[in-house]
Amino acid sequence: MKKTDMVKKKLKGSSVGIAGAGGLGSNAAIALARVGVGRLVIVDFDIVEKSNLDRQYYFLDQVGKQKVDALKETIKQINPKITVETHSVKLKPGTMSSLFCDVDVVIEALDSAEIKTAFIEEILSKLPHTPLIAASGVAGYGHCDRIHTIHSGNLHLCYDEQARSSDKDILTAPRVALMANWEANLALEILLGDL
Amino acid sequence: MSITVNGKSVPWVKGETVTALLTRMKYTFPLVVVKINNNVISKKEFATTAIPNGADVAVIHMISGG
Repeated sequence: MKKTDMVKKKLKGSSVGIAGAGGLGSNAAIALARVGVGRLVIVDFDIVEKSNLDRQYYFLDQVGKQKVDALKETIKQINPKITVETHSVKLKPGTMSSLFCDVDVVIEALDSAEIKTAFIEEILSKLPHTPLIAASGVAGYGHCDRIHTIHSGNLHLCYDEQARSSDKDILTAPRVALMANWEANLALEILLGDL
Repeated sequence: MSITVNGKSVPWVKGETVTALLTRMKYTFPLVVVKINNNVISKKEFATTAIPNGADVAVIHMISGG
């Protein structure tokens, strides 16, 4: 079998859970949909706002819609065969792992450091066999060369420890999409291995 | 008698907790994920978890933005 066909087949039978459908989550979901991951489980409670359009994968005519619904709609326009399971709920510590029990890989795509930390702690302890991809240090622009990956057991972190918090710096489309695609690329590395 | 913290070898201190180690390393980040020998330590266990000799400790700084 050709490599293209092997990759397609493997990804079609794979699933990825995405916690958060903002800048990281929406861009990562689109990348994974384009590459043909068969099933995506997307969780976010928020609605699309006009201010999101500077970096998140939404369009003007989607303003006011639930983010998960808008994202599903866009994914279906790219590849209608992909199963998109959406949950319009706010992730709360203690129950965050329940929606991701049956996926091959989980992507953390949340915004605040508090919720990122709680999510990572919970997934690593409650789903110890599920690879978790996370991102820290998304804000700002430039400094591509500071971004790197940390692999620590089942945690794979897209990391720029010199970045400032998004409370003190701006979130920009190129850097957010870069980190989102970095996460999606790590997911492929895990799903495909040395195929 | 040493431990590794983020790839750096530092002396092991008997009975030192995660909280004390973070202070010794001058890690003042408000939010961190801590792993000892690949096991994640929850924030509420920082003050009571002692670092064993020879431990491999990872301290990851979580920064807002997503």
